[in-house]
Amino acid sequence: METSRKTELQRTATNIRLGIIEEVYNAASGHPGGSLSIADILTYLYFEELNVDPADPKMENRDRFVLSKGHTSPALYATLAERGFFPKEDLKTFRKLGSYLQGHPDMKGVPGVDMSSGSLGLGISAACGMALSAKYNKKDYRVYTVIGDGESEEGQVWEAAMFASHYKLDNLCAVLDFNGLQIDGPVAEVIGPAPFDTKFEAFGWNVIKIDAHDFDQIEKAFADAKLCKGKPTVIIASSTKGKGVSYMENKCEWHGAAPKQDLYEVAVKDLNAILASLN
Amino acid sequence: MADTMATRDAYGKALVEFGSKYDFVVLDADLAAATKTCNFKKEFPDRFFDCGIAEGNMMSVAAGIAATGQLVFASSFAMFAAGRAFEQVRNSIGYPHLNVKIGATHAGITVGEDGATHQCNEDIALMRTIPGMTVICPADAVSARAAVEAAINYEGPVYMRFGRAPVPMIYDDGYKFEIGKGNVLRDGNDVTIVATGITVFMALEAAEMLKKEGVDAAVIDIATIKPIDEELLVKYAKKTGKIVTCEEHSIIGGLGGAVSEVLSEQYPALVKRVGIRDTYGSSGKAFDVAAHYGISAQHIYEAVKSVM
Repeated sequence: METSRKTELQRTATNIRLGIIEEVYNAASGHPGGSLSIADILTYLYFEELNVDPADPKMENRDRFVLSKGHTSPALYATLAERGFFPKEDLKTFRKLGSYLQGHPDMKGVPGVDMSSGSLGLGISAACGMALSAKYNKKDYRVYTVIGDGESEEGQVWEAAMFASHYKLDNLCAVLDFNGLQIDGPVAEVIGPAPFDTKFEAFGWNVIKIDAHDFDQIEKAFADAKLCKGKPTVIIASSTKGKGVSYMENKCEWHGAAPKQDLYEVAVKDLNAILASLN
Repeated sequence: MADTMATRDAYGKALVEFGSKYDFVVLDADLAAATKTCNFKKEFPDRFFDCGIAEGNMMSVAAGIAATGQLVFASSFAMFAAGRAFEQVRNSIGYPHLNVKIGATHAGITVGEDGATHQCNEDIALMRTIPGMTVICPADAVSARAAVEAAINYEGPVYMRFGRAPVPMIYDDGYKFEIGKGNVLRDGNDVTIVATGITVFMALEAAEMLKKEGVDAAVIDIATIKPIDEELLVKYAKKTGKIVTCEEHSIIGGLGGAVSEVLSEQYPALVKRVGIRDTYGSSGKAFDVAAHYGISAQHIYEAVKSVM
């Protein structure tokens, strides 16, 4: 990837991270850790990969995206706002009474949200349904979903995995955000859902492993996913929970907590320093 | 007894019949032979997708299909469609109000021999608490067929409850199903029997028994439990004063619950509920088990007598 393009994506991702912090700070609630970990993936999806149009969010043949780990809605909303689906100013209404930016994504209210999600395990199944419908209706749009490593403790994820490979949904690409932490602690200590690669391989998926914060690897992974025929692809993206905010990185206590003013200011300073370094 | 047919059989036939007229796909969870979606699978193999024994995934897959604008039916036994997959029906289908038609067969106690684990007496209660969910429980094969077409022509989630056991025909072929409307099958002045599903024919039998004793009972078929026909219920509460509900379902949260809710707010009247009384079922022949747990024409007759 050209350096200038990569820098531009990194800048966009940092702005999205700033949006995430704005949302959870103003809401005084929400899930920053797992939002920050997927900011680069969502940046690449919405600024490079997906065939979507902010002016026509219901465009019939658009690519679909389902945020199966729906609690990281701050990342999706900040990305959609950055891409122009709705005003960035609205991010401050996140989780507030009367706002369309609900705690978890609501497809009825948010331009650009293709599926309501939040209850873990349900989104990947819905993505399977969309991919199956594309095949049945002979449409060439692709379906993308982001699932969590903790989310993969839900049995339904594996019901969906079985379904997707049985119906050869090669128009489906799942990204597994492998940040290693969940509410009660490291995933390995809570119940140990890993290894993910051999599990998905056993379920008949094409497996790609990348660093979730490296745009060269992200670009290659999505390109390779498109080339794989006859089976769905999962990109296991090793990430840092809380990425970009010094005190949140790799700390599971920031899974579902909002910073107060002093720490909000530290977060903004951290991210602005990253922006400055990209200039 | 008149001609009989199970409402699940009518559902299976209706999917094939309407499959040529409307564009929809059908999902099942390894029960096609029992839910009768196997008929559709045979006729339209490219439009049938088996999800395997994974009902939760099936409901969310159905939601995803519907989100792309494709009409979809999802079928399983009531126990699994409404019970096991409750949360997927609520969050994947109900919350975004997606156009998914759930065909739930083997509802209620008349599942018979399979026993308590498969006799779902709670599905009406579960489904009608979901905001925006339409809940339909047809009385016979004619009504079941018509309900399927009405559901196809309605935009939004619909839960349809079908039975395993053959039941007598009540309606003529010309019958038109109107979502949200109750049907007065028999007028009367002394008491109103409000029935749903396969207890409707029992209610009609009970009314005949009562007539011989000079009790003039009205019989109403509430084929749509949600939205329920409030106007008709209030009208008959005013007219007859006393109401007996009957259903092949728990008296908690089902038809009896729904009727009581409407009348207690709008026109308080005595409501006696015939149905499963806070217990699990057990194995046996369909209508023997139903009678054992208090559901038969005789039980409805006795319930009416107790309020007269």
